[in-house]
Amino acid sequence: MPADPVPLLDVRDLCVSVPANGSMIRLVENVSFCVNEAEIVGLVGESGSGKSVTAMALMGLIDSPGVQVSGSARFRGQELVGMAPRALRNLRGGDIAMIFQDPMTAFTPVYTIGWQIDEQIRAHERLSRRAARARTVQLLAEMGVPDPARTAQRYPHQLSGGLRQRAMIAMALSCNPTLLIADEPTTALDVTVQAQILDLLRGLRHSHGSSVLLITHDMGVVAQTCSRTLVLYSGRMAESGPTATLFARPAHPYTAALLDSIPPLYGTRPHRLPAIAGVPPTPQERPAGCAFGPRCAYVHATCLPAPPPLASIGAGQQAACVLPTEGKPLPPRATAQAMQP
Amino acid sequence: MTHPTPVLELRDVRKTYRLPHGQRLRAVDGISLRVMPGEMLGLVGESGCGKSTLGRCMLRLDDVSSGQVLFEGRDITTLSERKLRPLRPGMQMVFQNSTAALNPRRSIGDLLAEPLRVHPGPDGRRRAAATITARLHELMALVGLPASALARYPHAFSGGQRQRINIARALALSPRLVVADEPVSALDVSVQAQIVNLFAELRERLGLTYVFVAHDLAVVRQISTRVAVMYLGAIVECGGTDDVLHAPAHPYTAALIAAVPRPMVGAPPAMLLRGDVPSPVNRPAGCRFHTRCPQAQARCSAEEPQLRAIRPNHEVACHYPPGEENPPA
Repeated sequence: MPADPVPLLDVRDLCVSVPANGSMIRLVENVSFCVNEAEIVGLVGESGSGKSVTAMALMGLIDSPGVQVSGSARFRGQELVGMAPRALRNLRGGDIAMIFQDPMTAFTPVYTIGWQIDEQIRAHERLSRRAARARTVQLLAEMGVPDPARTAQRYPHQLSGGLRQRAMIAMALSCNPTLLIADEPTTALDVTVQAQILDLLRGLRHSHGSSVLLITHDMGVVAQTCSRTLVLYSGRMAESGPTATLFARPAHPYTAALLDSIPPLYGTRPHRLPAIAGVPPTPQERPAGCAFGPRCAYVHATCLPAPPPLASIGAGQQAACVLPTEGKPLPPRATAQAMQP
Repeated sequence: MTHPTPVLELRDVRKTYRLPHGQRLRAVDGISLRVMPGEMLGLVGESGCGKSTLGRCMLRLDDVSSGQVLFEGRDITTLSERKLRPLRPGMQMVFQNSTAALNPRRSIGDLLAEPLRVHPGPDGRRRAAATITARLHELMALVGLPASALARYPHAFSGGQRQRINIARALALSPRLVVADEPVSALDVSVQAQIVNLFAELRERLGLTYVFVAHDLAVVRQISTRVAVMYLGAIVECGGTDDVLHAPAHPYTAALIAAVPRPMVGAPPAMLLRGDVPSPVNRPAGCRFHTRCPQAQARCSAEEPQLRAIRPNHEVACHYPPGEENPPA
């Protein structure tokens, strides 16, 4: 690795456990990654893989009774895990902001969009109402909201899904955050609107110098936006590395299978999609060994006793799989998807 | 040469909802369509384009405001519920939300047996309990679930398994036509692939005709033989799957395809359409797409283009489709 400056966010061995039936269940196990300045990092996984829980834990937003968060998450050298609520509250919405999947439920329906964005600005900065509203209108305009002054006076239900999501991003950016955590920001949107929002997110690095941690289940979104990607499976890291490497030479069979199970938009249509049999295990029934073992085509004796440790494959790529260390790495992927008539 | 009867035919179907203040929402705005036996038609479009409403109108789960719906050549547009009931076994639906579609208080066996109890058997008499039980086991095998699932309740199953149960229920009465409304969009990719494969297998084994309502173009490509693209209540392009997806003739279809984020690094960035879909309450005059169309010209805002064939089995509703040097005057 090049001698990086200190990363903006440095997460090491993050674990999140919740009590259930008298024992602790680990929803997230030993997740480590970092986000550098002005970088977009993708966190991908299927539902229940722990990607949202990871983000919520970073923001100190899990208030489930008895939850235990351990490990370390340093934001500009400040430890977030176990930070005093008051200090965390100053960071949240200020230096670290979050975009949620469903802007309809993230906004309160009883106040206007503008009121809600003004409130956040005034919570973090000493500004008059008038000055706060001016900033709100400017932000909405920057996000491509037509007629921003009037839109600010409207209620969430009066806006389309795409406009609501733009307002949500404007609100997240209102205090110039250095880190934006976006949890499935485009999942509820149509593809043509999704393309606009992704374009907006890519532009934030230059226009606001913000880093983005993008949580998604869509490998297409990752490929188009993230420079580095982390793949989670059943609360554990399966693989991480530069996005281009991950797509060309996935080192974990789960990453490879996930990419293969996406129906191709171009090239030959497979008679059958290479689906992964079965479903991901719930945290309670996670096997002792590799969590993907029961669904893996390459599973063998070494996978079963304990989860394989993350092994470095080279060039920033890591995979929690025994295959590369046993000298039997996966073949590079065929680039059938790359072909276009 | 005799043409086979279409399994489903729509003739200028409209579905209009009356809103307060005399406004009208034209959800389906004059759609004509034929679905031939063995065909898998993908109905694509963005939210609010009327694709789900059209799917419901096809099976008369919603009444149409005007136009005709023909099932296997028979006009079912105004049939009474009583007269419609004997036809229902032939046409079934799979819903998007697999959880909401299954009553949580009834076992899978009970849920699946209901259509078999309600409708008489092929001999016109009520089915015997033993016949029903045998059919339930057959259905479980068909959708790849163990027979032990019959005794369990919906909450005990994952999303993918629940969708298998929904498919089993739709197949219970051996329908000829299945309309599936976004059957895989709530599922994770790895599970989605399983269900997509299941649909393909079932078609081969049972000779079904499908209409898939979906927004995911890659899924539609995998699953359909023909694609109809909807925008604001009308079909703007219709044709063979690969013709439409690889040589789109309507600018909207082209934009829709270009907007799909492709799972490969270094793909050209998406072509951006400006703005949102206009409200179907105040749809633009002329071509319904002209407000967002990058190629719109003066004529497009004045005159509505009609669906016309540009190649055999490829129709488009655009005044200026690409590759056409001399547009019709």
